[in-house]
Amino acid sequence: MNMQIALLLGQDGLTNGAIYALLSLALVLVFTVTRVIFIPQGEFVAFGALTLAGFQAGKTPGTLWLLLGTGAVVALVDVVVTLRSGALRRIPRILLWNLAYPAATAAVVLLAKPVAWPLPAQVLLALALVVPLGPMIYRLAFQPIAEASVLVLLIVSVAVHLALVGLGLLFFGAEGSRTTAFSDASWQLGSIAVRGQTLWVLGASIFLIVALYLFFGRSIYGKALRATAINRTGARLMGISTVMAGKLSFLLAALIGAFSGILIAPITTIYYDTGFLIGLKGFVAAIIGGLASYPAAAAGALVVGLLESFSSFWASAFKEVIVFTLIIPVLVWRSLTSHHVEEDE
Amino acid sequence: MKRKLLLAALVSVAAASMAHADIKVGVLVSATGPAASLGIPEKNTIALLPKTVAGQKIDYIVLDDGSDTTKAVTDTKKLISEDKVDAIMGSSITPNSLAMVDVVGAAKTPMISMAASEQIIAPMDANRRWVFKVPQNDSLMADAIAAHMSKAGIKTVAFIGFSDAYGEGWWKVFSKSAAANHLKIVDSERFNRTDTSVTGQVLKIISAHPDAVLVAGAGTPSALPEVALREQGYKGTIYQTHGVANNDFLRVGGKDVEGTWLPAGPVLVAAQLPASNPIKKVALDYVKRYEKAYGAGSVSTFGAHAWDAGRLLDNAIPVALKKGKPGTEQFRAALRDALENTKNFVGAHGIFTMTPTNHNGMDQRARVMVKIVNGKWKLEQ
Repeated sequence: MNMQIALLLGQDGLTNGAIYALLSLALVLVFTVTRVIFIPQGEFVAFGALTLAGFQAGKTPGTLWLLLGTGAVVALVDVVVTLRSGALRRIPRILLWNLAYPAATAAVVLLAKPVAWPLPAQVLLALALVVPLGPMIYRLAFQPIAEASVLVLLIVSVAVHLALVGLGLLFFGAEGSRTTAFSDASWQLGSIAVRGQTLWVLGASIFLIVALYLFFGRSIYGKALRATAINRTGARLMGISTVMAGKLSFLLAALIGAFSGILIAPITTIYYDTGFLIGLKGFVAAIIGGLASYPAAAAGALVVGLLESFSSFWASAFKEVIVFTLIIPVLVWRSLTSHHVEEDE
Repeated sequence: MKRKLLLAALVSVAAASMAHADIKVGVLVSATGPAASLGIPEKNTIALLPKTVAGQKIDYIVLDDGSDTTKAVTDTKKLISEDKVDAIMGSSITPNSLAMVDVVGAAKTPMISMAASEQIIAPMDANRRWVFKVPQNDSLMADAIAAHMSKAGIKTVAFIGFSDAYGEGWWKVFSKSAAANHLKIVDSERFNRTDTSVTGQVLKIISAHPDAVLVAGAGTPSALPEVALREQGYKGTIYQTHGVANNDFLRVGGKDVEGTWLPAGPVLVAAQLPASNPIKKVALDYVKRYEKAYGAGSVSTFGAHAWDAGRLLDNAIPVALKKGKPGTEQFRAALRDALENTKNFVGAHGIFTMTPTNHNGMDQRARVMVKIVNGKWKLEQ
């Protein structure tokens, strides 16, 4: 191995590591706020990327029907619950977000022909389609069992994952897609070429991380999420709605997931089930951070990315083995250094 | 009076159909999961197969094994014990087909696999007696690639394959063919179907300076190493296996897969075959039927395996009907014998001549070398 190869591998590792970092942040966020180990995180990566690819191929992506359908079910459930409790004032708001918004998006997708749009507009439309699915899934799958044990939440999470993967196959087919790059530029830096898309991935990841940092540190919603993560009951007593906190964390997780997918779709081929493995690597990183620390998770993600890149050079047949084996020493070290608290069942 | 006649006719028809039970064919495809790109066209093809043969109605019972070996075995047992099928077509992939061999052997039910590995039918034993296979053996394709390389003056070659049974199987047969053709393998790498980056493997291959690279993967995932090789400035020839022979590969690979060589079943370039080739007519007929039902450009070589399996079965049924009634053990045994006696049967992928020791029966007429030129498959003349 010479310097040039090491630099290329490093560039590759950092690009993948940046994506894993984003996903690990989303996983930590969802887990601390709702105690859900969010396995479907990866599906948002695939849905975001394939929805954009669908626009670029001039097709109507199946996620549109998913949004309309899920929205209708959420509206039905919420209206029934509201009617029972008698809080009729809330009904217009429910209908606006779960029926009118998906219908408006559908009208844009079907009538405006996004195939001819500039890329940033296509990206925004893809996000507008996929991101609302996050809070809707929270409403349907997790809100009714918000107080259940971590294990029950995990099992429901697996079920949601399987359902979404199945829907992904139905919507997008078994074959993968690529999207056009944000930038075709490429710079010669010493002996290696730096691709524009790589810089986009790194830049967007850093931007999102800073934005999340500001959101949690400065905004009232961010502080509410942090309060819920630290003490659920205490936050509730202070007037913070745990339902709102759950929906908001799922919204952010869906946004991060879908945007990560859109970032990497020009670099690699995305399949309906690609998201799971990417999400799993993000999960390894999140575990390194003890599912609690954001900076440790982000650092862990970069380690995973670089380890993956260099092990694919040295021993490609054992790449996944090496990456996932990393979790064992981390768990051993964690269990030795931190005292274990038994969760109340 | 008329009404009475009609009634009598109806009753006799009903009685007749009760006496001659329908032929039941169990079909097991991997229409979901990692092998969905094989299973879906196969499943689509089943719908195009004739519903009656020799005046006998055929029921196709199609199940999806989800590319999962355990489910394939459970489904096979279910087809045999509950549906009492006369024959089984499937599964789409090698691990599932291998697991099914013992089940169909024990139940004495003929099975036609649509998966590629030679292990499914060799070495011949009591259970494999009941198993047939329609796709070309990997070794047939590997020989074609190695021979083509050596003819093109290639001396050194690097291999990058799936880190699963497909990649390992190819590594085995290709290293043998390469040795036979005096090719030196300078590097061997693995990658995963779901990998988002293969930069590491590609850099290692390039630093070994091979004249050619063989990518052994199936479907669109095998475009990734090729795209990465071109991105890093690799100038040599790139070979793929017949696993990539569908139009999605061209769509995903785009200009980066221009000039790629691969061996394939003749159905891939049916229209370009010389008129003297007997396969041309059958292959074109299949392409026409499939595209009529599922749209222009939708056809893939994988579906044609299901077509060949179905037609081999249709060819054997009339012979077997003389020996026994559907639903009986005699019928299944006769069906197996008739399949084994298939001689010079022209399919969309090749010409089948089965023997008691060779349950694939294809020869070099079942492969052509194809080059990707201007985003299209082009037959080597």
